[in-house]
Amino acid sequence: MEDGIVLTMRGICKNFPGVRALQNVDFTLRKGEIHALMGENGAGKSTLIKVLTGVYDKDAGEIHVDGIDGAVTIRSPQDAQDKGISTVYQEITLCPNLSVAENMYIGRQKGMRVQWKEMEKKTGKLLESLSIPARPKQQLGSCSLAVQQMVAIARAVDAECKVLILDEPTSSLDDKEVEMLFSLMRDLRSRGVGIIFVTHFLEQVYAVSDRITVLRNGELVGEYEVQNLPQVELVSKMMGKELEGLSDLDKAASANASSGEAYYEAEGLSSSEAKPFDFRIAKGEVNGFTGLLGSGRSESVRAIFAADRVTGGKVTVDGKVKNITKPIQAMKAGIGYLPEDRKRDGIIADLSVRENIILALQVMKGFFHPLNRKETEEFADEYIKALEIKTANQDTPIKSLSGGNQQKVILARWLLTHPNYLILDEPTRGIDVGTKTEIQRLVLKLAEEGMSVTFISSEIEEMLRTCSRLIVMRDRKIVGELKGKELTQSNVMYTIAGGGKENAC
Amino acid sequence: MTVNTKAIGQVRREKISNANLLMYISIGIFAAMYLAGILIWGGGFRKPQQIFDILNNYAYLIIIGCALTIVMITGGIDISVAGIVALVSMVDVMFLKGRLLPAEGMSDGVKVALAACIAIGIGLAFGAVQGALVAYLDIQPFIISLAGMFFARGMITIVSVEPMQLTVQEEPGILDIIQHRIEIGFLGSPNKKGVMIPARIEIGVIIAIAILFIIAVMLRKSRIGRNFYAVGGNRQSALMLGINVKRTRFTAHLFSGLLAGIAGFVFMMHNVSGNATNATAGEMDAIASSIIGGTLLSGGVGNVIGTFFGVMILATIKLIVTASGLTKPWWQTITSGAMLALFILLQSVVLANRGKKVKLPGWMKLGKG
Repeated sequence: MEDGIVLTMRGICKNFPGVRALQNVDFTLRKGEIHALMGENGAGKSTLIKVLTGVYDKDAGEIHVDGIDGAVTIRSPQDAQDKGISTVYQEITLCPNLSVAENMYIGRQKGMRVQWKEMEKKTGKLLESLSIPARPKQQLGSCSLAVQQMVAIARAVDAECKVLILDEPTSSLDDKEVEMLFSLMRDLRSRGVGIIFVTHFLEQVYAVSDRITVLRNGELVGEYEVQNLPQVELVSKMMGKELEGLSDLDKAASANASSGEAYYEAEGLSSSEAKPFDFRIAKGEVNGFTGLLGSGRSESVRAIFAADRVTGGKVTVDGKVKNITKPIQAMKAGIGYLPEDRKRDGIIADLSVRENIILALQVMKGFFHPLNRKETEEFADEYIKALEIKTANQDTPIKSLSGGNQQKVILARWLLTHPNYLILDEPTRGIDVGTKTEIQRLVLKLAEEGMSVTFISSEIEEMLRTCSRLIVMRDRKIVGELKGKELTQSNVMYTIAGGGKENAC
Repeated sequence: MTVNTKAIGQVRREKISNANLLMYISIGIFAAMYLAGILIWGGGFRKPQQIFDILNNYAYLIIIGCALTIVMITGGIDISVAGIVALVSMVDVMFLKGRLLPAEGMSDGVKVALAACIAIGIGLAFGAVQGALVAYLDIQPFIISLAGMFFARGMITIVSVEPMQLTVQEEPGILDIIQHRIEIGFLGSPNKKGVMIPARIEIGVIIAIAILFIIAVMLRKSRIGRNFYAVGGNRQSALMLGINVKRTRFTAHLFSGLLAGIAGFVFMMHNVSGNATNATAGEMDAIASSIIGGTLLSGGVGNVIGTFFGVMILATIKLIVTASGLTKPWWQTITSGAMLALFILLQSVVLANRGKKVKLPGWMKLGKG
């Protein structure tokens, strides 16, 4: 093995029934580098990580680890850990009810007694040397997610790992916390740990990585030094095509529509979570709520759909005054709502793709008028094709689909009810660039066909690209509205910041 | 004793954890209730013997309370404990009467010791079978221990249809041993004639208190004890952290069975009788005691000192109900039920408010972006 290389994977192949998940993939990790593993959903990143951590057996190929002669076989995550390969997962795999120190050492101790004093002393030293802001005696559950993540990393590091795999570590952290995590990663790099960094966020890759390996459709695209690979090129390598049309979508139709007849109008609408607000959307218009996380944008659309308890306001739908206090009434009024948290509010993980698709339609028809099997199969087929949902068949449980495809299934669920007004709350979160663009295109196409759409996204760029009118919120109040030429990033920022010095709470 | 106080002292974190907060609440409530008893009803409440009577009557409940606390900390449940208590007491009484095995020529001391071994054996057998089914076949602990409860209750009638009693006429020597009481002179109180009657504690209480402290130290200090908490906190995480989850859950049920067996022996020493209706609904009292003492049904949180005070609270409720003239038995259960509901409400209110205080800064941060 060459000097300075801690891990090589050569010619890794892995097949699942009907899918070639990995084909002849090579991967090399050097000592003291942060190596980003990139690819769209389904490109084989997770499979490669799982082969490396012993969750899956590889079908072919060799793995070499520094300090071990010959090719190694990794049988289980525990075995991987013993060979110096530690993984920190997106979901924190620590026990929130135990103290920080216990979480560092539990499962690694020898002997019958717990050496509290010694354990807490060692933990204190390690936390200090990695500048992790936690106290050994603190209960883990009382730490922020970022700190919990860092404790998990500290545990991995203390187990003397040579290879540290960080699988989407930043997905639930805010900017400040991400920065904390990065400085920890840089610190570990300087100590000679090889880090594999799996993430969706392109900016983060450029902020912290030294090298990038790109996978696409289970094949290796290449390994690049970060400075030799501009961001746009990285995206095109991940997608396997040039980026034409990513930035300019035609939204003229929707812009014209916004002055037209209103489909939905609310006056002084309020809910248990949202302060009274006025809102209107025209037929065929795409508008959006923007503002910082927690500014009340989700709460507002939830009030429209009556997903929270509605406390007041006058609602007019298609010219008629309607009383909407329950989601079913909103659905009957032709409103569809795709919730922000698809794991919690959206998918029913154990049901099949087909059952998830027909769910909303079935609810609207009532459970005493079940759709027959043939109908549901036709519906499912139609939308799987129309939205290009990547699934083995319509009986596959939705939980085994990738995030982007799960999102498409939920979208299909609402499209099937043929709503006149569709609310999409963060439909593109956690899904890859290609699918994102597809969904944006779809939104505009639906609007052209006369559907009104309200779109919410944390990425302002995306909002600017899709919406022809933006409602800006701050501290749970609407503070501005932008349309036409006013729609620029700086205008949105300015309106969000707009003179308001008072903070939320 | 020094070890024990140290263990309790260390539990106190920089900030009181939820479990300990709940435990302190239950200690406070017990103290308040007992004080109210002294002030309002006086009489029996003033005598130290009242406390000892509670302990004498409920020693077995303290032990199965510990059993439930252990299982509940791992996120499980065991409702077979009272059935095991009843079965053990019946088998032991039958054995001591010489009806189970020929026991001629054995001294009374040896018989009692053998009875204790039988109790432990039965308990371990139940614990091992239930633990294996729960841990290795991954069957719901509620179902398994429900089956265990039915099985134990049914076995009692097979051992003897008739209730059995140890009597002074037939077994004077054995009764002498198991009914032995430790007398504490200075905690005594005068009777109606003004003669000082010393306070009396049964051997079962000593066993219960000893077990309480052993389990308290085990949960705090031993590897297996901490593994119980980890498994109850998050089973998946515990697995990823390298803990043998199956073995840990098995061990918890094994402990539970063992303690139930010992509790059966203690119950027999106090009641000197075997009966199919012994310790009826005792498992529910044990669950209630654990919950009042701060153990969460969802697992990962709890300790046995709290459970001890849970038992004391339940007992004091019964005393107060009786003292206030509601002598019908249903008033005790109704009041215990109401108190339990009130207590759980109090717990969730306290925890929810704590949660708010902890979460608020995070939310404010989100607002600022």
